[in-house]
Amino acid sequence: MAETHTKGPRVGLFVTCLMNVFRPNVGFAAVKLLEQAGCAVEIPPDQTCCGQPGYNNGDYDAARALARKVITTFERYDYIVGPSGSCMATIRHDYPALFENDPDWLGRAQALADKSFELLSFLHDELGATDAAAGVSHTATVTYHDSCSGLRGLGIKGQPRALLAGVAGLKLNEMEDSEVCCGFGGTFCVKYPEISEKMVDDKVRNILASGADTLLGGDLGCLMNIAGRLSRINAPVKVYHTAEVLAGMADGPGIAAATKESN
Amino acid sequence: MEMRSAEFKERAVFAIHDASLQQALGKARGGFVGKRAQQAAELPEFEQLREEAKNLKNEILTNLDHYLERYEAAVTAAGGQVHWARDAAEAREIILGICKHVEAKSVTKGKSMVSEEIGLNEALIENGMEVVETDLGEYIIQLAHEPPSHIIAPAVHKTKDQVSDLFLAAHGGPRKTEVADLVNEARQVLRDKYFRADVGITGGNYLVAETGSSVIVTNEGNGDLTQTLARVHIVTAGIERVVPTLDDVSLFLRLLARSATGQETETYTTYSTGPRRTGDLDGPQEYHVVLVDNGRSRMLAGRFRDMLRCIRCGACMNHCPVYGSIGGHAYGWVYPGPMGSVLTPLIKGMDNTYDLPNACTLNGRCASVCPVKIPLPDLLRELRHLQHRQELSPPMQRRALSLWRFVATRPKLYHAGEWVATRLLKLLSSNGRIRNLMLASGWTDARDLPAPPGRTFLEQWQDQRGKP
Amino acid sequence: MTTARDAILRSVRIGLKRGALDDNQRAVLDARVPRHTRPAFDEDLVERFIRKFESRAGTVVRVSSRDEVPAAVEAYRAGLKLPARAAIGAALKDLAWPSAWSVSHGPATVDETMAVTAAVAGVAETGSLMLCGGPDSPTTHNFVPDDHVVVLDAGQIVRHFEDAWTVLRARPQGLPRATNFVSGPSRTADVEQTIQLGAHGPRRVHIVLIGG
Repeated sequence: MAETHTKGPRVGLFVTCLMNVFRPNVGFAAVKLLEQAGCAVEIPPDQTCCGQPGYNNGDYDAARALARKVITTFERYDYIVGPSGSCMATIRHDYPALFENDPDWLGRAQALADKSFELLSFLHDELGATDAAAGVSHTATVTYHDSCSGLRGLGIKGQPRALLAGVAGLKLNEMEDSEVCCGFGGTFCVKYPEISEKMVDDKVRNILASGADTLLGGDLGCLMNIAGRLSRINAPVKVYHTAEVLAGMADGPGIAAATKESN
Repeated sequence: MEMRSAEFKERAVFAIHDASLQQALGKARGGFVGKRAQQAAELPEFEQLREEAKNLKNEILTNLDHYLERYEAAVTAAGGQVHWARDAAEAREIILGICKHVEAKSVTKGKSMVSEEIGLNEALIENGMEVVETDLGEYIIQLAHEPPSHIIAPAVHKTKDQVSDLFLAAHGGPRKTEVADLVNEARQVLRDKYFRADVGITGGNYLVAETGSSVIVTNEGNGDLTQTLARVHIVTAGIERVVPTLDDVSLFLRLLARSATGQETETYTTYSTGPRRTGDLDGPQEYHVVLVDNGRSRMLAGRFRDMLRCIRCGACMNHCPVYGSIGGHAYGWVYPGPMGSVLTPLIKGMDNTYDLPNACTLNGRCASVCPVKIPLPDLLRELRHLQHRQELSPPMQRRALSLWRFVATRPKLYHAGEWVATRLLKLLSSNGRIRNLMLASGWTDARDLPAPPGRTFLEQWQDQRGKP
Repeated sequence: MTTARDAILRSVRIGLKRGALDDNQRAVLDARVPRHTRPAFDEDLVERFIRKFESRAGTVVRVSSRDEVPAAVEAYRAGLKLPARAAIGAALKDLAWPSAWSVSHGPATVDETMAVTAAVAGVAETGSLMLCGGPDSPTTHNFVPDDHVVVLDAGQIVRHFEDAWTVLRARPQGLPRATNFVSGPSRTADVEQTIQLGAHGPRRVHIVLIGG
């Protein structure tokens, strides 16, 4: 499986904060998919956060401090790839903006931005690994939530669907308003919990109306928000990161699912 | 009008639990979004037009002083008068002055957001004038003594039942329940007002520098009756509304109706150029334009110049999931939704507007439909940056950000924190989930938090593959 | 004393980080020609105009010559059982209107039921009429009566809005006080987004289209 290590591109895997703590399985799924597609995956152990929480809360200095760390850590690779549209949009779009008045760092930020990719679109668009899910089977009726940063920031819409089309037994039922925000929004969901709850309820209603038994998406923030709400109202919908399904690693409990059968 | 943006959180929660409002918002949401999408899809040049409109607006703003001077000269040549107002108070004074000079008793109004911005109605009423809003939506909320909740559909938050009640109270019975009967009733009541009006006040979607024309765009025809039948016509418009030529207006018109109401065109687009001329049988005897700055020229200097491109179509709020959840009144001033969350702090100041730029998930749907490509999420984030620098954000948040920065720039410390969090959360969980977490009640009040599996990805990876 | 005008212009220039433009720069701006994209379409102009106008709840009847206009308007009036009266702009004074009608050439009063207006152009792009106010075509005719009949010659139909301005610029009287583009009857959706015709302006707009 890993015989192409030395020939393929060197990919530094960006370990997102939520994935590292809450869903390591997504990281292993990402490694598997990238290695299958011929990449040499490396995971620098001294990486932390992309800096988005600082940026989106207006603390640009903090965001720059984090960005410098990420740039320094990852600029030696051919690519930096992460299983999140949100974190990768930060690196791709916001890093160059953060350093627009800093000629010393702007070039390095732009260079990293240019080789930064969200996992699913990287597999599909850059590696042409359209058969990433070959041989994988996952019997489920799924619906897809298009996370905002990936969708509007990185143009991720068709790629995950195209990759999922290769999964045997999987049927896609699109939901109404799949492109509408789920109400996560990073710190938004704790700063404005009532509005966030209203938004996630709208999302959950559309998911349930789609008739799907599984929700997929490409961003753990959104997925944890939606899964947490589904779990709270005891809705029988399983939630996985798309990479878990594509890698054939979605056999365990879904996100925020009960670990024991009854609850 | 009085600004109540400081009460955003309370009003938002109130709105979420207002069943009638939620019913009205639900109906509006699907309609606006679907119709706009259809119109955009049916015009192959739509995306090209957005780009061109953005560029033209930028070009206008870069030369704003020139076009304003050209416009003023053209209005004067057509026999009209241009007045300049630095702020809301000055604008009110100018308009009051004109009204008093012509001994106005009755004033009719077409829909004008600038007149809301400068608090005009209150000032006219205080001075003993009858003020009648003639746009049906504005008329409804005037009866309800409420501000608009949307810049295109001011009464979008009202259900038909509520309109029935308002009309019954204002016009007497019998109570009408069909939309056709309600519209008819308003038509009959307002007809009389147009003919009796001394002054008609309208907004101006565009001010044409080439000809000195003011342009209004309506579906109802109320703006036209207002400006044609009154003795005196006063146009109120922001200084950014100037457009070089008649032809240039067409570019914006193609985007406006499609973006605002999902139509190819609105029913009426009217170009008014000066007062009644020799031989004319109708039209106002006087024609005034009040150019309102009120913070706009200040916005030219930096990042927020982009906001001056706004053509007031309302597409951003129609597509905003936050607006769709809470409606317009929660925002607490004239301009709601994404465009309002940028404009209000810039016009009314950063104090008491903290929530507006923050109550947004930065999902970007507004920017993706904006006909002049205003990067609304970036501008909202920029306002957060100003709040942070001016220490207007909650001290708790700034302390948390400092701590986060300190830890996150030190990988060993950060990973130690994750190590602890992973185990602690696992400990607090039951059956894979956490139902109640004191420090994160904002999350757990409505959702479960998935329990971490117990060891972080990086720990597990180290074990499996060793040093990279 | 600084006037508001000067203060605002100065503030604009401060915002733009420059002084007033010089004459050369102004001349360049004044000579600027708009060159934006206009929506392309192949459809026959008259057919498209009619299709678009009807899609906005307007109605159209076709006649072959100007002389047939009065009879067409009379048929419309009779069909709706409207009173035998009309406000008719002086531009159409020369036509042989039914002698039984009470005809006014003045501005429309609140009890006027029908107006007849000569259009200056039709815009095929959106099916919009261009109406120009003036001594021979009072603007109140376009908005006050419940029924508005507009006389348009097929030869007056142009492709885009920009072409309508070209027509207007060529007229000796130039730009009128009021130029109205009208695309069907008045409408509102202010009560629960339900489209209702006849909000404040005409309930019906009917075109008598000559030739084409």
